[in-house]
Amino acid sequence: MHPAFSVIFLTTLIGTAQGLFLALVTAQTYGAIGALPDQNLYFYSFGSLIALALLVAGLVASFFHLGHPERAWRSAAMWRTSWLSREVIALPAFMGTVFVYGLLHYMDWNPNLFGPNAPPEGELTFLVGLVGVFLCFALFVCTGMIYACIKFLQEWNTPLTPLNYTLFGIASGFTLATAFSAFYAPQLVAFFGYWAITFTVVVFLTRAASLIRNKRIKYRSSIRSAIGVRHGQIQQKSQGSMGGSFNTREYFHGKTAVFLKSIKWIFLVLVFPVPVLLLLAGINTGSTVLLLLAFIVQYAGLIAERWFFFAQANHPQNLYYQTI
Amino acid sequence: MTQLALVIDLNVCVGCHACVTSCKQWNTSGAAGSLMDDNPYGKDPTGTFFNRVQTYEVGEFPLTETVHFPKSCLHCEDPPCVPVCPTGASYKREEDGIVLVDYDKCIGCKYCSWACPYGAREIDEKQKVMKKCTLCVDRIYDETLPEAERKPACVLACPTSARLFGDVHDPESEVSIAIMEEGGYPLMPEWGTQPANHYLPRRKTRIKIHEDELTRVDNPLKKEGHLPETDDGPFLEDSTSW
Ligand code: SF4
Ligand code: SF4
Repeated sequence: MHPAFSVIFLTTLIGTAQGLFLALVTAQTYGAIGALPDQNLYFYSFGSLIALALLVAGLVASFFHLGHPERAWRSAAMWRTSWLSREVIALPAFMGTVFVYGLLHYMDWNPNLFGPNAPPEGELTFLVGLVGVFLCFALFVCTGMIYACIKFLQEWNTPLTPLNYTLFGIASGFTLATAFSAFYAPQLVAFFGYWAITFTVVVFLTRAASLIRNKRIKYRSSIRSAIGVRHGQIQQKSQGSMGGSFNTREYFHGKTAVFLKSIKWIFLVLVFPVPVLLLLAGINTGSTVLLLLAFIVQYAGLIAERWFFFAQANHPQNLYYQTI
Repeated sequence: MTQLALVIDLNVCVGCHACVTSCKQWNTSGAAGSLMDDNPYGKDPTGTFFNRVQTYEVGEFPLTETVHFPKSCLHCEDPPCVPVCPTGASYKREEDGIVLVDYDKCIGCKYCSWACPYGAREIDEKQKVMKKCTLCVDRIYDETLPEAERKPACVLACPTSARLFGDVHDPESEVSIAIMEEGGYPLMPEWGTQPANHYLPRRKTRIKIHEDELTRVDNPLKKEGHLPETDDGPFLEDSTSW
């Protein structure tokens, strides 16, 4: 497939935002049971603001993918059948929840809904946070399933696709949370940092699994089934147009095999080992620069990862477009 | 239930592209507006087509065969392109099985084109909506046209009659009979899309002649040669009047 930067930015930005939100709620949960020091309200509200900004940026990027963005509201219609439609519903719902979560913290409006004695304290923000967590995971699943549900894109048609989307989002979100807490809540740096490293290691395993799986794919369609001629030697001589067409542009990455391979190694280096080392160094030296760098490097690597994810998928329609 | 479809005879198609040009002409002149053509006479021409004729070479020189292969939307009975559409712009008509795009609803997200294994959908890069073969839905029901012309433009244009049009659910129809009797097959059956359009394979007409048919076993002369001349008497043809 042809990697579209609008979709690359959409998926990576909202993934990071979702991960950051999960990190905030995790910290609040630990704080509520006393496992972590309580944070001041601005930590949560400013964190939510960053998550919201990333979500808005992702949403804006996605509009560049549409031919008619002014009709985008129509895309909520077919949620019964279309994962894209479900994503279109889940994304604003999640954004709204993040906004409310941040606002409640900012206003310090946090009544105990179930009476003053019922733990944990501050149930309202906690409840909103839980709703947010639910919507967050729903959004991860929708985003991943958009790709995983197309059965003839065999590289994507696996449970590993939504799993990787989820884990990449969480890993980059926790890395961002580490860098963010270095400024606003230094006591939490180690907590977020080690979680970020853990998730980065886990997503390394699941992404490696999908890379290995994709290497061994046996394509179910062939030129024989595409035109229905049973013969071992079939060559396309013309594709019915002298120049290119939508079909030659949309489904090919248009780069060499060497380029593709180098992108794979670039993301394998930038997403996994480099941020882990930078995080370790940052946690131990307390250097905000290193932690910020860890996030920037990992995010840049994620852009390469997403590019590769699209470019690697081989659409069966390409069988009909092998030569001009 | 009706399922309109095309049946394309690869044995007859000569790859003349008449269906492509007539399709483009009809569908670029319709109420939906023109089909995009960019730089048609320049260096990198590109444009939107509902139908393309491709050419394949089967076998190795000198034992090769050329297959001309027209391809358009197959109006699948279980179309994977329809459920993925977030707006409902893509839909399959109950009454005749035609898969259509509502150009006023389409947001141009291209998701449906990813979900079609055949590459039958092409975005119109000027109008920014998804386009595909409509089976000339604006023509086949048009009662102002003479009945013989209420067929897709490609079918009417084909000089070799390689394209048949009809209801593949009606076992008596011309298309169903052609599929039954001439070995019609669907493309990429492995994805369960159940394309309504079918293709008729290349087929060779061969006569089998056995050795004993080269020499007449019932030859009364016991050797091959001219039969004895008949005399000039009246022939049966002379005395009957058929
Ligand atoms: S050929 Fe493609 S566009 Fe046409 S109905 Fe089938 S899946 Fe949809
Ligand atoms: S491009 Fe149009 S028809 Fe296709 S899925 Fe998107 S909205 Fe539906």
